[in-house]
Amino acid sequence: MSASAQAMQLEQIRRDVERRKVFDKLFVILGLLVMCACLATLFVLFAKLVSDGSERFSWEFLTNYPSRHAERAGILAAWVGTSLVMLVTALVAVPVGVMAAIYLEEYAPKNWFTSVIEINVNNLAGVPSIVYGLLALGLFVYQFGLGSSILAAGLTLALLILPVVIVATREAIRSVPRTIREAAYGLGATRWEVTKDHVLPYSTGGILTGMILGLSRAIGETAPIITIGALSFIAFLPTSPFKGGFPYVSFQWLLDPFTVMPIQMFNWVSRPDQAFQANAAAAGAILLAMTLLMNGVAIYVRYRFRKKINW
Amino acid sequence: MFGSLRYRKNRDRLIEVGLLAAGLVAVFTTLAIVGILLYESSTFFQHVSLKEFLTDRLWTPMFSEPHFGIMPLVAGTLVTTLVAILVAIPLGTTIAIYLSEFAPHKVRESIKPVLELLGAVPTVVYGYFALLVVTPFLQKFVPGLPGFNMLSAGLVIGLMIVPYVSSVSEDAMRAVPNYMREGSYAMGATRLQTALRVVVPGALSGIAAAYILGLSRAVGETMVVAVAAGMQPNLTFDPRQPAETITAFIVQVSLGDLPHGSVGYQAIFAAGLVLMLMTLVFNLIGFFLTRRFREVY
Repeated sequence: MSASAQAMQLEQIRRDVERRKVFDKLFVILGLLVMCACLATLFVLFAKLVSDGSERFSWEFLTNYPSRHAERAGILAAWVGTSLVMLVTALVAVPVGVMAAIYLEEYAPKNWFTSVIEINVNNLAGVPSIVYGLLALGLFVYQFGLGSSILAAGLTLALLILPVVIVATREAIRSVPRTIREAAYGLGATRWEVTKDHVLPYSTGGILTGMILGLSRAIGETAPIITIGALSFIAFLPTSPFKGGFPYVSFQWLLDPFTVMPIQMFNWVSRPDQAFQANAAAAGAILLAMTLLMNGVAIYVRYRFRKKINW
Repeated sequence: MFGSLRYRKNRDRLIEVGLLAAGLVAVFTTLAIVGILLYESSTFFQHVSLKEFLTDRLWTPMFSEPHFGIMPLVAGTLVTTLVAILVAIPLGTTIAIYLSEFAPHKVRESIKPVLELLGAVPTVVYGYFALLVVTPFLQKFVPGLPGFNMLSAGLVIGLMIVPYVSSVSEDAMRAVPNYMREGSYAMGATRLQTALRVVVPGALSGIAAAYILGLSRAVGETMVVAVAAGMQPNLTFDPRQPAETITAFIVQVSLGDLPHGSVGYQAIFAAGLVLMLMTLVFNLIGFFLTRRFREVY
């Protein structure tokens, strides 16, 4: 082939590549468009909730019980119920999840038994949430006789978010370098002392992130709580955890009936009366704001701790 | 200050047992789920034959003359899942390719957490969105679309699972080694060609896993369909129709006051068992697809 023919061929290839590069640019535009569309939907969703619910945003909305009159109906029972259920969930899921993660990362020998636990944790993350509701209905509500109580709901959601907490904690623990452990062992620390004094403090950021993400998932869960038979119309609060006489605290509230924010919203959405849609929107806006806030905090915490630690 | 060595060793052993017990909670949860579903369903199948369950075309457990054919619920679940996956796969994959192959580092790191918020929105809120925003919008284009329909529920579920699909696929694509991309560039391929013909095939097993994850989410999604798809069992594959999914049926029964031990009460466990089996089947298909297409490099 002559030199000029070669040069022409090269020219041809270059033109070809240039032509194909146009598609690169087109794809970048497509990718950005798709992402913007998704984020815009999120924005529209929030804006719609706020505008539909705007007429309900008032102090009374937070301090009123549900009512047959839409404009007088509030979310007092719902937000108190949600707070108490979240308290139980956090108190169960965080210790159990962190302990399980410590076991899997620091203690577990590499054998079939450990892999059984690991496979279980992974599978549980994929189980539909309503199936947890069925489990809780059969086990907590009837077998254990807890009834449709705050305790039963808290335990259900704790099981539901357990995989989230475990996975996040394991990741945090795994990122602590081996050298730190070995230095502590070298000074004569036992395994638990190494874990408690070195590994756990360094993993706090990751554990917190996992906890917040888990709770943000639990706070919006509706289906499992409906399944265990939570009521949607509750015009009273659970028993106060404080009482006059000794021992000053009461755990009666654990066994009280309750409702939560997402159930209250669902109840209002499914009413034919249009006026209740505003209540549903207002409750939804508050719920969504709480979820987004928790996720924001989780992102911030992860970022802060990542920045602070330099191995 | 430290106590004797033997005390510390014994304390360590005790703590290890405690930690192991926490780890076993996961195992017991799985066993309990399977146990409860099988136990309660077994009572259900004493009243209803498996043949009726699988072949009857009606699902009317609350009627005085009840029919227990699961098909209408399975059809509803499949249709909403299909609509959802038809939305989530193209959107999620496009986003994953963009983020993994085209986006600058800064864009990727800041967009990903925001995108994941889509998956964090409470599903009952999505239900409100499907019923009061998406359905009225669709009614402008689809004449005669009823107020409750599977189409809008499926679309919204699809949107909800986009981050699951995109973030797992993206991880898989980023795991494809750079020398494969460089080899492709050296042959004169552009970024898009490299992405579509080298990276995507190389990451196919991970991408399949992402799709299966999204699929499982869609099958198990409850509140969106309970709010927006109408809660009437309806044996149809037309997404414009209202219908009930397996999950929505469980919610519907739970909202009523069903006595413990009645056939209707046990029907929700049988429905839950079918749901678990469907999830299991999808995961098995995914597992084999993954193995079939795995590229070793």
